[in-house]
Amino acid sequence: MPVIETTAGPAWRKRTTGQSMVRWFGWLLGLAAFLWCWVRISESTTWFFVWDAPRIASDIFTRATPPRWSYMDSLWLPIWDTINIATLGTMAALVMAVPVAFLAASNTTPSRVFVRPLALLIIVATRSINSLIWALLLIAIIGPGVFAGICAIAIRSIGFCAKLLYEAIEEIDRSQVEAITATGGSRWQVMAFGIVPQIAPAFAGIAVFRWDINIRESTVLGLVGAGGIGLQLQASLNTLAWPQVSLILLVILFAVVISEWVSAKVRGAII
Amino acid sequence: MSHRELDDMLGTRWRKPPLVQRAWLRWVLGLGLLVYLVLAIASVEVDWGRVYDGLDRGWAFVLAFTSPDFTSRASDIWSGMLESIVMTVASSVVGILISIPIALGAARNIAPLPVYMICRGIIAVSRALQEIIVAILLVAIFGFGPLAGFLTLSFATIGFLSKLLAEDIESMDRSQAEAVRATGARWSQWITYGIQPQVIPRLIGLSMYRIDINFRESAILGLVGAGGIGATLNTAFDRYEYDTAAAILLIIIGIVMALEYLSGIVRARVQ
Repeated sequence: MPVIETTAGPAWRKRTTGQSMVRWFGWLLGLAAFLWCWVRISESTTWFFVWDAPRIASDIFTRATPPRWSYMDSLWLPIWDTINIATLGTMAALVMAVPVAFLAASNTTPSRVFVRPLALLIIVATRSINSLIWALLLIAIIGPGVFAGICAIAIRSIGFCAKLLYEAIEEIDRSQVEAITATGGSRWQVMAFGIVPQIAPAFAGIAVFRWDINIRESTVLGLVGAGGIGLQLQASLNTLAWPQVSLILLVILFAVVISEWVSAKVRGAII
Repeated sequence: MSHRELDDMLGTRWRKPPLVQRAWLRWVLGLGLLVYLVLAIASVEVDWGRVYDGLDRGWAFVLAFTSPDFTSRASDIWSGMLESIVMTVASSVVGILISIPIALGAARNIAPLPVYMICRGIIAVSRALQEIIVAILLVAIFGFGPLAGFLTLSFATIGFLSKLLAEDIESMDRSQAEAVRATGARWSQWITYGIQPQVIPRLIGLSMYRIDINFRESAILGLVGAGGIGATLNTAFDRYEYDTAAAILLIIIGIVMALEYLSGIVRARVQ
């Protein structure tokens, strides 16, 4: 703790002069970076539209209310598609994530030098690219539709599920594994009786958690053409049919709340 | 367990107790899942001919990763990337600054009930609306460009950061806050000396994590016209310029990995 001599006697300070200078320059740099960013944003903004924004917002609001409830009839099928994209996508993702997780966990991987980095690369690469970008890519490859949506959700979810799962595998109680090994269990028996029962609750929790996220993500996949309720949203936006847009937004909000509730209930029951 | 029960069990093979105890419920759940899966898979239309045609393009895309083209669209990539980074920095700063007072308001142990309700309401709205949907609405209101993206990301940051920070404040050590209060501190002193030191490491960790998320999200906001690299990426896919798309994706993955590494270091240092 530095003590600084003042005319009134020694005074205690939290930091030395050098430390506080470094901090001061840190804050200065941060502020400068933020201001520079703000200048760039404001340069590429048409401020006329921004000053006009309250009027446009209220205009959109009056056009969008009340929602066109009769449009609901043509939404049931897209809702069903959206749920399928999320559920089937999550299932496919889990099937692919389990082996990746076992290859990535440092206590189960066959090789820490060669296999583990590869598994970690798969995890990072699938996680860092948004499902909308995966959807764009898959639509270019396999054409628009629900199938592309399922694949996009599945690929995107691998990294998330595998990451949480391999962390769970690394945190298991080693003594149980040793007990199974001591009975003469083979590699697969150790896996089935020593490791799997320990990570099963975590696995179920991860599955439900990701399903909840996937419901949210699958509602907007249609914006790029990958099926589900987003297609209707895109079509309504393109024709400026605001009453339909507001109805779809309400449906999406409702779906998100329901899925969050279901996910919380199921996780409460499992864990 | 009595002797009688043990005698009964002798000689019979041990069986794992089922997850759901009631037999009829187990069957109903299993059957329901099966019926759903059959219906869901049957309702997904896959045009296998189209998929087969697409395999060539898929392979071309994989090959593109071996020869990513950073040069021919270098100026587009550079300006898009810069815009994404600018949006990330500005929205993270603004989002974090706004979310701190909201987090204080949303912590039940320091906020009065009316304030608590309002702040929780803001958090709920921000979390329920997806980034991309908010971006669509804000683009409609504020016009195309990074301002809409900046506002979207700031708004999303508030929901994420305030919720987690409020939970951290709620679970803090009460005795430290009470000790400061017992010295007769004012409200602002109470917050600064009793509560802030306890939550600041967590705030830094969460902020780093949110910067990471904001960058990833900024990569897709361009799809709906809210600025950033997404627009460039979308054009690259539309023109089937896979080598440019591969280059952009590689840059995104690289930046995300760097950010994750950086945030790991920062979080290890502050905790």
